[in-house]
Amino acid sequence: MLNFSKIKIILIYLTFFLISAFCVLNFFQSEEYFFKKKINLGLDLQGGSYLLLEVDSSPLQKRHLQAKVIPLKKKLIENKINYKKFKINEKEINFEISQNDKKRFEEFFTSTKNNEINIFLNQYRSLELDFKFINNKVFINLSKNGIINLNTSAVDQSIEIVRRRIDETGTKEASILRRGSNRILVELPGVKDPERIKELLGKTAQLAFRMVTSDKSEFGNDIFILKDTGEEIVVSKRVIISGDNLIDAKPRFDNINQEPIVAFTLNRSGSQRFGQATTKNIGKRLAIILDNQAISAPVIQDSITGGQGTISGNFTFQSATDLALLLRSGALPAPLSIVEERTVGPDLGQDSIEAGVVSLFVGFILVILFMTFKYRLFGIIANVALISNLLMLLGFLTLLEATLTLPGIAGIILTVGMAVDANVLIFERIKEEIHKGSSNNIQAFDLGFKRSIVTILDANITTLIASIILFVFGSGPVKGFAVTLSIGLITTLFSAYFISRHLTSIVVFRNREKNLLA
Amino acid sequence: MNKIYKYNFISKFKIANILSFFLVLVSLALILFKGLNFGIDFKGGTLIELRVDSENIKISDVRSSFSNMNLGDLNVKEFGKKGDYLVKFEKKKFDNENNIKTIKENVKNKLSSDVNFRRIENVGPKVSAELLSSGLLAISLALGAMLFYIWVRFEWQFSLGSIAAIFHDVLITVGIFSLLSLEVNLSIVAAVLTIVGYSMNDTVVIYDRIRENLSKFSKSKIEEIANTSINETLSRTIITSATTLLALISIFVLGGEILKGFSFAMIIGVVIGTYSSIFVASPILKYLNVSYKSIAKEKEEN
Repeated sequence: MLNFSKIKIILIYLTFFLISAFCVLNFFQSEEYFFKKKINLGLDLQGGSYLLLEVDSSPLQKRHLQAKVIPLKKKLIENKINYKKFKINEKEINFEISQNDKKRFEEFFTSTKNNEINIFLNQYRSLELDFKFINNKVFINLSKNGIINLNTSAVDQSIEIVRRRIDETGTKEASILRRGSNRILVELPGVKDPERIKELLGKTAQLAFRMVTSDKSEFGNDIFILKDTGEEIVVSKRVIISGDNLIDAKPRFDNINQEPIVAFTLNRSGSQRFGQATTKNIGKRLAIILDNQAISAPVIQDSITGGQGTISGNFTFQSATDLALLLRSGALPAPLSIVEERTVGPDLGQDSIEAGVVSLFVGFILVILFMTFKYRLFGIIANVALISNLLMLLGFLTLLEATLTLPGIAGIILTVGMAVDANVLIFERIKEEIHKGSSNNIQAFDLGFKRSIVTILDANITTLIASIILFVFGSGPVKGFAVTLSIGLITTLFSAYFISRHLTSIVVFRNREKNLLA
Repeated sequence: MNKIYKYNFISKFKIANILSFFLVLVSLALILFKGLNFGIDFKGGTLIELRVDSENIKISDVRSSFSNMNLGDLNVKEFGKKGDYLVKFEKKKFDNENNIKTIKENVKNKLSSDVNFRRIENVGPKVSAELLSSGLLAISLALGAMLFYIWVRFEWQFSLGSIAAIFHDVLITVGIFSLLSLEVNLSIVAAVLTIVGYSMNDTVVIYDRIRENLSKFSKSKIEEIANTSINETLSRTIITSATTLLALISIFVLGGEILKGFSFAMIIGVVIGTYSSIFVASPILKYLNVSYKSIAKEKEEN
């Protein structure tokens, strides 16, 4: 065990040097791909905000079912199925059919080819809608996979819009990722106050221009309370233009009363429709509905054909700016709610870094002193192995561009404490061999290494298993702990098995007869 | 320094086992009846760490600045340095009118001082339930993986013994958290998993030696072999626990308030883990009638 060929020695130190050399990159600024690797600081250390958003797809489900109503009725008629009491509520459609029609219904409803209503989802190999018969009633609702499909596409669209909104606020280096089927994880490093971003993300920003009618019947109309005046208005369900028709929106001040307003520009089809509607309805009122709230209902003074218009509604300049931003970046397909938030201010982050570095330093010195005191010469070998272990650990973290968190620093300190275990196991074993009367040092050291290595492997693998499981299941900062602990165990094995073994061999060959370790 | 320990551990096994049994039962009772002080990670709710510079603001002022906002159960405590407070309340979900922004403004107005909101965490009910179940799943999986690893590397008796030791360590650590009403959050799950790893690590070293000695002294009784093995590895056990504890105490004292709970759990875990590999994992081998035959059979099969 103590014989090292030249090649082996070169390989050991080359590996050590190459990995630890990456540490250096943390102190330089470089733009080149390979050299710009750095250990990232987690949000808990550099300050910032972690937001977990959940897409609330229930309005989407309802809308999706609503869209099925007309084609479904058409198909029922086509198949000569008489239906009664057709109803739609939040999550299902139901109606009555006669016993004889059930089979025909089932046939067209579950056909996997050219089924316009119940689409076959290739990726899940299942249909979008489920149905069940209870007596004469048919109940139709979205299948489990149908909901997942709906969520997935809603999350896809939402991620795009969330990104645009966050970019618009000038936030840099935001990371926006999908989490599961209906969540979006937003990480905003360096953001001191996420409130504005949270407000922006909390609005779906679905905008619609709809005519105010004098018709009081509920059919085809909705009743709104105007936000600026508190007046009750009846608004037609027909949407003249929606947020989709907008290509730009900017905050402005009104020329007449200097009130903040939002000026918008429409795309071609939008300006045509807006032009027609305003020409036909001069003197009538146009309601501006945002997220199911009527923000204002101005009287149309003149036809607007240029595709440019303004929205007023008791805005402050901030709220006009925000509305313009929301309109520019587009509407979210479904409301997002914040289900988890963790925000750390920059000064707490700085305090944590300081505390982490100080405790790492002190822990390190304590362990080094202890080992030197306990094992003298071999303690120094263990300490050299420990330092090289730490350098390699930091090098690996740089190479992997890992994220260092406060628990991650704790993981490094713990590695320092536990890393000497391998050396202790070896030295204690060697002591025993000497005590048992090995004929010389070389034999004792050889046996000591050989016998302890299995134990070292067994002992470290168990800890490694625990930390890998933590890595898979842990979230946020805790994951950082698992990362440093796992890498630390691997570098510990390397430094004990190669570096301290080699250093020990040098000492032993030079002092064959001396009572080492005594 | 070349000391070979010759303590008689066998004579202490009985009393140690009674003590362990008692501690585990008390811990179980505490966990079941007193319960755990779950943090917002697992219970849902909101946490705000804030710093006020003004000398005149007392903890009662901070508390009253959060009142009348419909936040549910409110808990305010001093946190580290003077002027630092940790405020926790039940409210999990916010809407457009009543949100963290308005809470911050209200608090600032009521304290009529500049307030530095150093940390804000909010966990919704769904997420907290998920975090709890994934934490429990992670711990169970880790235990299962350990069981499997030791079963593959050793014999089933060893596997049972080490798992008993881990359960012992985890239950007593969690029991102490229950007794002292210390907060259990995500970092405690990390600590428990590390304790599982550490305790296993410690047990494996002794087991390795027991197995080696079993084949060396095939005629000896298991308790004698266990005693010899514990003594032979005692020096290592003490030194490794000492360096690990040195590192952990350094985190506990200097690592800041956020790491206090984590490092405290780890310190308890390391102490109990070291104790259990000697006084729990080893006697179990005796109760399970481990002898040279148990490992010889395995050898033939291989």
